[in-house]
Amino acid sequence: MTWIDLGPLDAIPLRGARKVKTDMGCVAIFRTGADTVHALDNRCPHAGGPLAEGIVHGQSVTCPLHNWVFDLNTGQAQGADDGAVATYPCRVADGRILLDASRLTRGNAA
Amino acid sequence: MKRNLIVIGAGMATGRALEHLLDQDPDAYDITLFNAEPRGNYNRIMLSPVLAGDQTYDDIVTHDADWYDSHGITCRFGEKVAQIDRSAKTVTAENGDVLAYDKLVFGTGSNPFMIPLPGHDLEGVIAYRDLEDTERMMGMGPGNRVVVIGGGLLGLEAAAGMAARGVDVTVVHIMPHLMERQLDEAAGYLLRKALIEKGITVRCSANSKEILGQDGHVRALLLDDGTELPCDLLVMAVGIRPNVALANEAGLAVGRGIHVDDQMITSDADILAVGECVEHDGALFGLVAPLYDQARVVAATLLGQDATFVQKDLSTKLKVTGCDLFSAGDFADGEGREDIVFRDPGRGVYRRLVIEGDRVIGAVMYGDTADANWFFGLIRDRTEISEMRDTLIFGPAYQGGTPVDPLAAVAALPLEAEICGCNGVCKGTIVAAIEGGATDLGAVRAKTKASASCGTCTGLVEQLVAATTGAEVETKQAICGCSDLSHEEIRRLIKSQALKSMPAVWQELGWRTHDGCHVCRPALNFYLLADWPLDYADDPQSRFINERKHANIQKDGTFSVVPRMWGGITTPDELRAIADAADKYAVPTVKVTGGQRIDLLGVKGEDLPAIWADLNRAGLVSGHAYSKGLRTVKTCVGTDHCRFGTQDSTGLGVKLEKTLWGSWTPHKLKLAVSGCPRNCAEATCKDIGIVCVDSGYQIGIGGAAGMDVKETERLIDVGSEGEAIEVVMAITQLYRENAKYLDRIYKWVGKVGLDWVRERIADPTTRADLVARFELSQSIYRKDPWAEHAAKRAATYQPVADLTLAAAE
Repeated sequence: MTWIDLGPLDAIPLRGARKVKTDMGCVAIFRTGADTVHALDNRCPHAGGPLAEGIVHGQSVTCPLHNWVFDLNTGQAQGADDGAVATYPCRVADGRILLDASRLTRGNAA
Repeated sequence: MKRNLIVIGAGMATGRALEHLLDQDPDAYDITLFNAEPRGNYNRIMLSPVLAGDQTYDDIVTHDADWYDSHGITCRFGEKVAQIDRSAKTVTAENGDVLAYDKLVFGTGSNPFMIPLPGHDLEGVIAYRDLEDTERMMGMGPGNRVVVIGGGLLGLEAAAGMAARGVDVTVVHIMPHLMERQLDEAAGYLLRKALIEKGITVRCSANSKEILGQDGHVRALLLDDGTELPCDLLVMAVGIRPNVALANEAGLAVGRGIHVDDQMITSDADILAVGECVEHDGALFGLVAPLYDQARVVAATLLGQDATFVQKDLSTKLKVTGCDLFSAGDFADGEGREDIVFRDPGRGVYRRLVIEGDRVIGAVMYGDTADANWFFGLIRDRTEISEMRDTLIFGPAYQGGTPVDPLAAVAALPLEAEICGCNGVCKGTIVAAIEGGATDLGAVRAKTKASASCGTCTGLVEQLVAATTGAEVETKQAICGCSDLSHEEIRRLIKSQALKSMPAVWQELGWRTHDGCHVCRPALNFYLLADWPLDYADDPQSRFINERKHANIQKDGTFSVVPRMWGGITTPDELRAIADAADKYAVPTVKVTGGQRIDLLGVKGEDLPAIWADLNRAGLVSGHAYSKGLRTVKTCVGTDHCRFGTQDSTGLGVKLEKTLWGSWTPHKLKLAVSGCPRNCAEATCKDIGIVCVDSGYQIGIGGAAGMDVKETERLIDVGSEGEAIEVVMAITQLYRENAKYLDRIYKWVGKVGLDWVRERIADPTTRADLVARFELSQSIYRKDPWAEHAAKRAATYQPVADLTLAAAE
């Protein structure tokens, strides 16, 4: 694991998201109403919508383009839609957001 | 042979450790106890009941001078330790005495954290930590005003204790809801409501700026929004910091607290530490239960026994009379967590369980905590709950039964059971009405008044109709899966129950989810800001991306930017600024819109604040082309240039746009003003359209030219431009206050009827009231969001981190 400090938890609004640029594309970091954080690929498998711009509710996010809903824990699409986005380990420690970047940096066998 | 034990600090943790040690082997050590305070040990967590007058200081003393005497402990109270020499294994007292030790125990506790605000050293600014602080607060009474900074456990206990003594108390909390570390928003909302009922003023999301004084004594707290809160005493209860100064000087390993291992041994094998001064496995300790566990381990370690300190789940209860709340377990992140939420608005009950796999890992309860220990037991024992999952939230009394069919449940109720609490209607009355021919909800409501007030029993009444008639009841359209209530019912309840926040709606209307979903949240956000413009703060996180970022998202994730052109009028300077912006930000497409303005398509999200700032400098503001709100007022050139024009249609259009811009409405709102019946501005297919004639202004509503094409219906004719503007404001406000979210005006008029709208707009008093309420709301929202975001929130448009840079290094 390669934990990278992304900044304080407050950098992301409650029930919101910010994105992180990586060599493997953008990753969306979500903060739920229960103050949990989650990292998912910022690209809806349906039409490429930026998930970081979606509405966060419970442990889910709704894609802003066509309302696909994804579980933030598993990356699986919910309901009738079929698809998934990759998830990455992400956690809060001492009020800082930590992302495991081992699969997100160039030169790593991902 | 007895060995020497020196203990620094006579607090709850060391007191308990000494008890265990003496119980097991009173002859193991010669004990010397230093304490900076000139007294022994009392139960600090019971200071709140002392403050509230429920107990006295004598009640909470745990170890007095006699106790230490009878156990042969040498007390050096009121004396500090000056120095520790670890290689010589000696402690030097303040008076120069040098004492040798075999084992040394740190129990130096913690210090209250004082925010270094200007004025924090004024007389009358205190912490809430010890008996002296408590006595200061007990000196306050009716006629005194106190400000408490900190809405956590301690701050609220201080506030409630003083309020019980008749003090005028204000709690200032920096976070949006109280006790945010232990409670979620819904429980925080209920707690706040209960405290307000006790006469305590609660200000959340409030930033303290400065403590103001007079003659060296505190006079008021100044908030950063300019509010002054006058006070005779200011209590800071914002947390504690482990007291590690002495450990640092002695060269022990110290992080946030003194590092200890599982045996409570510090980096020096002969020195132990216990209580609030320690850091174990990254954690600090402020609650009493783990301190007592540590004390047992310290005693065992001193006696050479095996013992291990293990961190356990903790529960919190607030010691405030009448506020039953409980929280326990882990709310931190973890994959695969789910919530089970139960709310009983009538009783003010809220319960939330956090489930991971087949285990409960956290619980928050408010209002009815009778089952708290049972739930805490499930968390602590990691009980497998899959068997009872469906009924788990109802508590232990409901386990083992089969899930109840709601229809069977209502059928099983006795006839005297009360269904509608507001109007005191029992089941028998409703059944009699149904059997008398009232076979739908409306008829039952008209005949019995059941569910006609707050509406929360609507579902029960419907089930009763179904159970009695045997027929399927036509069910109303619920807002979404989070609630059975319809949009109309929710709007009515938000007004009648004065619900002014999202957590208030979730709780009082019994939301089934923790924080709503993407369907209900934007609707609730609109209803709350439309009904309570001064009380409710708009929640960007409950808005669709376009309204959150004030630009329209495109299919590739870029945005479109549309500056406002008032009434479709522009100038060469504005056009130059738009052209410059298009060049500077490499805008791929520039298009003229149907609303008489220019759309810059394909702008990157990161560039939005910069392009807005550039456009602002040329006087251009947001066109709200993305909003459920006023879009444009389309105009023709009217009497300015046209040989047929009857009125100044352009001028009226500009005035209307300047009056209405920034207002939020249930759906988008498009206007037009045509200067004559030739109708070049196409006013008769707009939400609100004005056609100018020689005698004045014909105002029509309910047009559309989208999925449906509709012609406006004539609502009213007026003689002057001023009256036309008033009428448009009144229509807009009536629509805002009554329509369902995402209904255009034509859909809304289709439901309420044109006559209903006309009656209200034609009546001078009603119209004037609508205009006044519209103006009030616009005093908040008639401003440029681009300027605000470019100035204050530009950073949030950038990625939170860029790992491509890190990798390149």
